[in-house]
Order: sequence, then C-alpha cells, then structure tokens
Amino acid sequence: MEIKKTSLYQLHYENKAKFVEFAGYQMPIQYSDGIVEEHKFTRNHSGIFDVSHMGQLFIYGNNDLVEDLEKIFPLDLKNLKINHSKYSFLMNDEAGIYDDLIITKIEKGFLIILNAACKENDFKILNKLLNNKYKMILDEKRSLIAIQGPKSVEILNDVIKGVEDLNFMTGNWFLFNEKKVYITRSGYTGEDGFEISVDNELADKFTRNLIEKGAKLIGLGARDTLRLEAGLCLYGHELDKGKTPIEANLKWAISKDRISKGDFIGSDIIIKQLNDGVQKVRVGIKPEGRIIAREKTKIFNQSDLHIGDITSGTFGPSVNGPVAMGYVENEFSKKNTKVFLEVRGKKHPANICGLPFYKKNYVKGVN
Amino acid sequence: MSEVKYSKEHEWIKLEGDVATVGITKHATEMLGDIVFTELPEKGSNVQKDGTAGVVESTKAASDVYTPVSGEVVDTNQAIVDDPSKINEDPENSAWFFKLKIKDPSEMDSLMNKDDYDKFAKETSA
Repeated sequence: MEIKKTSLYQLHYENKAKFVEFAGYQMPIQYSDGIVEEHKFTRNHSGIFDVSHMGQLFIYGNNDLVEDLEKIFPLDLKNLKINHSKYSFLMNDEAGIYDDLIITKIEKGFLIILNAACKENDFKILNKLLNNKYKMILDEKRSLIAIQGPKSVEILNDVIKGVEDLNFMTGNWFLFNEKKVYITRSGYTGEDGFEISVDNELADKFTRNLIEKGAKLIGLGARDTLRLEAGLCLYGHELDKGKTPIEANLKWAISKDRISKGDFIGSDIIIKQLNDGVQKVRVGIKPEGRIIAREKTKIFNQSDLHIGDITSGTFGPSVNGPVAMGYVENEFSKKNTKVFLEVRGKKHPANICGLPFYKKNYVKGVN
Repeated sequence: MSEVKYSKEHEWIKLEGDVATVGITKHATEMLGDIVFTELPEKGSNVQKDGTAGVVESTKAASDVYTPVSGEVVDTNQAIVDDPSKINEDPENSAWFFKLKIKDPSEMDSLMNKDDYDKFAKETSA
C-alpha cells in the first residue's frame, strides 16, 4: 500500500522534518529544533500539529440518529447542544475499546474525530451498527490542524477573528479565505488550544499564516511527550480492545444518566465493573530516579510480585524527569504506593501517582 | 599517540598512553535526537570489545553504547549522567562517557580514522 501524505507534506519538508510512517501516513516525528525544544515551545508559546491523518467522520441525520448513536456511545446526546463536544469511545459488547474519539453536535448531525489507525475499522463498525441508515462521510478532503499552547488564542484570532470567544470543548464554523472552516477549542496536550478542520487546498496557506504570526510546527514526538505529561491516553497503548473505560479510569467520560439506564453497547460490563470494581486500573507512575520505563516494562510490588505493566513511558521535558502510565492490579493503584520497574534486568523504585503530571488551568473551562 | 578513532557503532575513542577515552559521535547524537538519560559502566568493571558499556535514551527510544576496545573502566563522566543534554551539546569533547585502561592496543587497528568514519556515517544514514 502506498504511503499517504497530508496536505502539509511540503511544509514539513521545508521545515526539515524527520518523517516516520504512522498509520499509513508519512508524518513528521520532529523538526530541526528537536522534541524537547518543540515540547517546551508548545507549553510556553504556540505549537502547530498536523493531525490530518486522523479521521473526520460526518454523520447526518435527525432525531433517529441521536437515538441510534445513544445505543453506541455512553453519552447524553439528546441534551448535547449544537457545537458542543464530548470525549467518548466506541466499544464492543465486552466494553473493550475499539477507539477513543471526540464527538461534536453539528447542524444536521455529528462530527466525530477518530484515531488514524482505527478510522477505517470504526467506519465499518459504525456503518453496520447504524444499518446503513445515515449518510456517513469519512472526509478525506479536509485537513485537521491543531494549534496548542498559551499564545494560540491570540495567534489564531489574528488569522480568524472571533475564535477567542469559543469556550473549551465547543466549536463553530468560521471563514478562512471565504471558505468554511470548523474550529473547536480543544486539543490533546494539556494546553489551551484549537483544532481546525480546513479544506485540503487551504491547509498549507492557513498553516503558513499561523507560522507568520509566531507559531511553530511541532512533530508527533513532542505530541506524545505533551499528552503523556497531561495524563491523556493514546490508543494502542493505554487503550485497546482488551481494556474498558472503567479500567482506563475514564469513568468521568460516561454520562451518569446513561449508566442508570444501561442501554448502550457494553453497558452490562460497565455497570458490573462500577459495582464490583475492576481487577486492573490505569495509573500514573513516577520513577524515583532518572530511569525511563518504556512500554511493556514490568511493574512489581514490594514483595516482588508482577502486578502490572507500563503502557507509555518517556522523559517529560516540562516535568524534567521520567513519567509513565500503566495498568496495575487494583489493590496497588493507590497514590504513593511504592512499586519497582524492571528496566534492563534491574528493578528501579517508582511511585504510583495522580494524573496529570503537568497541569495548567484552561483559560475558559466549561463542560 | 592521541589520534581519535571511530567504530561502526558510532563511538569515538582517543588513546593516551594506555588509557582510552570513549564517547559517542556527533553523528550519533544527531540520529538519536535529544538525549535525556545516560547509564554508564561501573568504575572498576571490565568491558569487552564490542560489548555493551552503557545506555543512552532519547525521548523516543533507548540505545546501547558499545565499547570499541576491551579494558578496565577507570573513570566515568558523572556530568553527563546528571545532565544528559550535555551529550547533544558537546559529544566529541567534554561529554565523554568513560575511560578505559586498555589491555591490547592492537584492538585499535580495526577501527576507522576520521575520513573513513565520516564516509561510513554518510553512507549508512543515506
């Protein structure tokens, strides 16, 4: 299969990107500044991320669609206001996660942002669950650009007037070059920021405008260190078909009202786990020294029993130390529980900790 | 006797008397990206030619550091353990990794000189 390129490929290339293949796309892992500088620039200023490989699924329909989607997603979609977004997941009957996603109510339907590696499969699953009843477009004609960091609101507002009025986890249509762009105030870095869905033809021009105003391109490498410091899950690491939202400690994303009714896919397991507890649960883990515990690192308790595994681990540039997430047996999941991480044959002390590792207050927090 | 030689694993080695100083090349740091963690061999331990003698980690991945010759570790550079970013800044000078009391100077013979290494690095990264 040919490797796909996003509309920003030329711009990445001009900015000396190092490319990697990710989910069938040629994506920039970093630029000439390197991951640590790119990470810090995003935290202190404003970083631009090409996330055009992610799926932009538009589903059109009326009240029937809302009812049908409520059978799939554990959300109160009936009361979701237009242009408001929610984090959710597509699950199987065992509440295993096929994908995590952001769903936004738009005029005449919903926009769902899906992970690149999952989007084709998600489309098939959703189409089947919805019995082909609705018009569904996995839109390849639009790019998705994220701008993240404290200066992003000022920079984007200079290019597209009015975005500063958006609240966190809400969106709207705006105009860029007389074309409609859909902008949400959201992101995946722990910073204030926006995601912009723009026509492929305009993506390059739009991004160059942001760069002229002082934002910089940031690669997937820093995107990973940023989301990990922010305690956010990455599909294929913290989340997969073998893990449920309760185990992943994402209970907050499930509507309480929907739990009491229990009428969505996977609800039996969700309710059971909420009542009886879970065997394993996602936690933050902070090594005591500088040692980096990467994915698949084994976690031991003080009696040297294997109690879990790391799912993501790296060096956090803003924390200035190693950070990790993983799953441990529930009884060892309390904050400050001492554990040991086996790296290159040696066991290194670490502590279970709360998430996120790095917290900033969002400018406008509703939702 | 202080010519710098280079290995295919991208280490440099400088021999003075019977003590060799070992580090990783600028080319290696460029391939690795930002180095955020370093592990060095223990002082007093013996390392074997082409065996692992440390680890460097970037934000992305861990890589082994090999020793181009055999010997006893007589000194290690704590400064790069305390601040691994020094390796990116000055890899072929102040950010050396360890010093070895070598046993067999002829082990140096199979290593590359600067010109050969530069050529090798260019070819392997192309």
